This record gives sequence, structure tokens and C-alpha cells, in this order.
Amino acid sequence: MFLHEAQAKDLLAAYGIPLPGGLVACTPDEAGRHAAALDGAVAVKALIHAGGRGLAGGVRFAATPEEAVLCAEDMLGRALVTAQTRSRGEVVDEIYIERALDFSRSLYLSIIVDQRRAVPTLIAAAEGGTAFEQRAMDAPAMVQKYPLGADGGHNPAALAAFLDMLGVPEKAAPAVLDVVEALIRVFMENDATLIEVNPLALMDNHTAVAVDAKIVLDGNALFRHPDLGALRDTARTDETELLAQANEINFVRMDGAIGLVVNGAGLGLATHDMVIEAGGRPANFMDIRTMATAGQIATGIGILLDDPGVRVLLVNVHGGGMTTCDRISDALALAMQTRDRPVPVIFRVAGQNAQAAREAVRALPNPCIIPDTMSEAVRRAVAEATP
Amino acid sequence: MAILITPDARILVQGMTGRAGTFYTRLAMEYGTGEAGGYVAGVTPGKGGTVHLGLPVFDTVAEAVAETAPTASIVLAPAPVAANAMLEAIEAAIPTVVCVTERVPVLDMVRVRDALRGSETVLVGPNSQGILIPGARKLGVMSTADALPGSIGIAARSASLTSEVVARLSAAGMGQSTTIGIGGDPVHGTGFAHCLALFRDDPDTGAVVLIGELGGVEEEEAADFLAAEPYGKPVIALLVGRHAPDDRRMGHAGTVSVLGSGSIAQKTALLELAGVRIAATPDDVVKVLRA
Repeated sequence: MFLHEAQAKDLLAAYGIPLPGGLVACTPDEAGRHAAALDGAVAVKALIHAGGRGLAGGVRFAATPEEAVLCAEDMLGRALVTAQTRSRGEVVDEIYIERALDFSRSLYLSIIVDQRRAVPTLIAAAEGGTAFEQRAMDAPAMVQKYPLGADGGHNPAALAAFLDMLGVPEKAAPAVLDVVEALIRVFMENDATLIEVNPLALMDNHTAVAVDAKIVLDGNALFRHPDLGALRDTARTDETELLAQANEINFVRMDGAIGLVVNGAGLGLATHDMVIEAGGRPANFMDIRTMATAGQIATGIGILLDDPGVRVLLVNVHGGGMTTCDRISDALALAMQTRDRPVPVIFRVAGQNAQAAREAVRALPNPCIIPDTMSEAVRRAVAEATP
Repeated sequence: MAILITPDARILVQGMTGRAGTFYTRLAMEYGTGEAGGYVAGVTPGKGGTVHLGLPVFDTVAEAVAETAPTASIVLAPAPVAANAMLEAIEAAIPTVVCVTERVPVLDMVRVRDALRGSETVLVGPNSQGILIPGARKLGVMSTADALPGSIGIAARSASLTSEVVARLSAAGMGQSTTIGIGGDPVHGTGFAHCLALFRDDPDTGAVVLIGELGGVEEEEAADFLAAEPYGKPVIALLVGRHAPDDRRMGHAGTVSVLGSGSIAQKTALLELAGVRIAATPDDVVKVLRA
């Protein structure tokens, strides 16, 4: 769960991490008032649930409240497309008006779980700022890793030596160490999967200030943090994806004409690969979870049938456990019952109760194709989807 | 023989009494050979002393171990308590523990991995379909309709694709020695490299199929392992997620790495360099194995 910047900074503030100071605005007027209150140059930042804003025009600077109003007018209500959003971007409903700082040196800091070692790991670089990812790819040696204990534990002297090796100026070191210690606590105590402070500004008075902050929380751990769960931005998540999720289906909406009905993430990815390589475009990614009932699967299929862009359904299911093939044919019949959508159905099933399911599907009013192999199924689906 | 468990494994179920636990335990008991398919007991805190599916239920793993001497455990407990169930099994030194539970918090798995250091227990999962020895033992929740005893070892990150590949292999007369789901989560127990080492030393395994996907480091670690010394058996890999949209979770939490590593192109190149033959789709696995 991606927190937007203002949410992330609220969390950092609670742990005593120094911040530039900012206010959330929903209208240009409000942006102007906040800029006046902050008294000086401000940064105007789009509050979206994705990174890459700096390079995409989602962070601007205003010397006066009037300029802040103009920036706000330009940003609010428009979709911001960054390297990390979907292609249609994310509409900016809120902006963050923050005091602009003057600093010449900064650091990059983040904490993630290193998958190889299975421990939280501090990642740091001596020079933060925009386009950090690109610079890190060009010169991987600039990025240094410091593994922490499974409980976030670490030796403060060794951590101080690590920061020294990174080239943190001696006078700024105590402030940076304080920020790092606090970030570790934020990470461990809130079940974060990513915390990134980039840049951490090193100020002339030897303080360290988190100019930008990104926090991703573990959605699977929200049962421990009901207060953080309330920050989930359901308004901005695709409503069909939420509906599917509530029905034990992992669903990602796309914009093609081939509606995919698949169980399992791996089979879903394989189907997706095959459709694209055969020249087709999926309308979605679907992974029916094992606990899904026929009614729930019907809801998932209904999402596809209600999408006017969907010209064909491609069912690719391997039945087993609770998801038997006839549960899928039952779900198809249920979904068709309440809709007048005679789209062709390509029905490729294998595993438990496959034969019964094939017979059941022949009784549907829709044209049905029952191919032998996955490749054949994909070929037929692509052909049916081509106008 | 098989790997990770033996065909006469004695199995404990942690979280047997719930809806899913009951459903999957019954199927697994019916599948295995011998008394109760090898299943010896269940653990559900608060239900100790009762009997479920004909098996004794205990409050703790320690009690179950003392009374029934299991050699393997399967965790079907809900996500909020799954880590504690795994820790309890590790504490009781059960040799092989499978965790099927999905959506276990990452930092819980960090704690579990910490407990595994210096322990004799091998953990498989979480978010794993488990381990299957066709015709002998089912320590998991996978489809068994098409499984056939034989000599192909399978280690996979995906349950559905394993079932699919098993069906293709069996239809072609190629049975399986052991199938293992290492799970779809970013932090998990045993991985491809360890499975490869075990399959290499298993006289009944003649070839290995890896089923991988984008993200994570499993395929990279397998490539490192295979490149280090001659393996002696054919290894083929089916890798999926070539065209998955960036930065989106596609069902498996492990599929997307925040730092952007783990592309299929990179994994394919490394595995090919290490001598692995690649199957582009599930339809190609048998063909590539025969080539």
C-alpha cells in the first residue's frame, strides 16, 4: 500500500524526523493561502500514490503565493503520468505545499527487505535527488547496503562507520544517524516494505531534513495497523479491481479486447504472455484464488462482460482443490444468465472435472470453442478479438 | 525415493479444523498410501483432546510431536497466526515444514527465516501448494488428478502452472519423482538452488523442471548454483511474466521487486548460460525435455 507524500511525512513526523513543513491543499486558493502562511519559496507537489513525480512535472517551485496558485491551477484535476503510474496516469486531487529548502548536499536513504538474506537492509548513497534510479543503474558502486538484524537491530558504532564510509560530513553525521535510527523504527513498527527518503538534505546548520519521502506498507500486515489501513485510497483504486478483490480474485484492468478468466498467478502470467506474443491484447489479468465460490467467480466474469471493449472470453483454468473446472462453468452460466452478451467463449480447461465442465459450457447460449491446447486457445481468442 | 520428505512421511497438520484445513486435509489423507495417508495428528490451539477427521488434535506442536512423532508438518493456519505456527514447528525441530497460507506479512517471514538459521528444519513456502510424491504422499493442496510416479523433479513458484506441467508430462508418459512449490512470496523458505541440490543427489530423479516467473532472485540463484559445477542431469525452465505490466502485483506478492530487478530477459540469459534449456510456454515443456 503506497502512501502519498503527506501521509508518509505524517508518519515520519511522529518519529521525530525533521521535515521542511508543509500543508495539503485541494484548491488553488488554498494553495496560495498555504504558501503565504509558509512565508517564502515553496515546493508544490502532486499527491499521488506513485513515485517518479520529479521528472514528470509533479513537483514545481514557486517563489511567491501567486506563483503557487498558478502551479496549483496547472496541476489540480489533471492526470499526472509518471514512470511509475499506469499509462493513463493518476488524477491529482490534492497537492502538498511545502517550504522550499536551500541545500547543497544531500543523501539517498532507503530501507527494504533484502530477499536473498531475508533481513531489512539500509540502502544509502552519498548523493540523492531526482533521477536517482538512473544514476544508480549507471554507477551501481555509488549505492551501498547495510544489512540490519531480523528485528531491525544494529550496532550504532558500525552504522556510524558505514555512514562515514559513505562520505557523510562529520558534522552532519549525528543528525543523519538520528534519521536512520528513526527510519528503522518506522520500518519495523509499521510493517513497511519500502521507506525511501530522497533527498535527505544536509543543512548548513548540521541538521538533516527529509525533503521527499516514500513509504510502501505491507498490505498483508494491515490487520496489525487498522489506523494505517484507513489511509488506503479506495477512491482512486480501480473500482472493478476492488470488487474482484472482495470476491477472492486478483484482477488488474487493462485495455484490450480479450477477457481472461484464469486461476493462479503463474497460469495467469503464462496466458498473458501467450496472448501478447500471439498479437492479442488482454482486457485484464485474472487470478482466481482457490477459496473463490462459483458466485464470486461469476462476479469476476461479470466485470469482463460489462466491459463493452471485451469481444471474447478466454477461459484458461487448471482445476484442482476447491477450484474444480465445473465450478468455472457454473460461474460462466451464472454470469451469462443476467446479461445479454453473446460474446464467444474459448474454453480451455484441464484437471479436475474438466470433461463435465466442457459439456456444461456447450449448453451456454454463447458460441463456444473448446480447443485442445493452450496455444490453440490463445490463437482462437486472438482471431475472435480481431474486428 | 523423493526429496524433502519420504514416501512414508508422518504428517502433522497445523490449522486442520477450519474450513480450508478440513477440506484439504481430507483430500490429502485420501491420496496418501497407508493408514490415513500418512497423516498422524492435527494442532489447533484450544481444541486439544478432540478428534477431527479421525486424527487426534493437540493444543501445541510439542505435544503432537511427543505423542505422534511426525516427520513433516503442513501449516494451513490463517495469515495472522501462520508465522507463529511455523516458529512452533521449527522450535519442535520437525524436519520439513510446508506453509500453504497466503498473505503472510513480510516482516513475519523475516522472523521465521531468522529462526531457521542454525535449525535443522527445512521450510517450504509460505504461499506454496506443498510437496507431492505422486502415488505416495501429498503434503499440500495441489491438484493430484494428473500426477504420475516417475523421474521428473519439479520445483515451482506457481501452483497452477505446476498442475498444468504435471498434466502435460503425465500425458506424455513422463511421471514425476517429487513436485515442490517454493511459494510465491518475496521472503520464503527453501528455494530453487536447494531443490536442485536435492534433486541432483536423488537417484530417482532423472531431469528437473523449474517453473519461474518475473521478480525475486530465485532464478538468479538457481543459475549461480548450476554455473558453479556440472549438474549431471538435464534442467529445463519455464519462465512466465515476460509481458506483465511494470510495478503491478499480479497475484504473487513476490513477482514485482521494488528496485526493478528480476526481469525475465535477465533470468533467461543467466539460466541459459548455466546450461538450462528454456520452454517458452507450458505447451513446450515436453518438447524441450525430449529434445
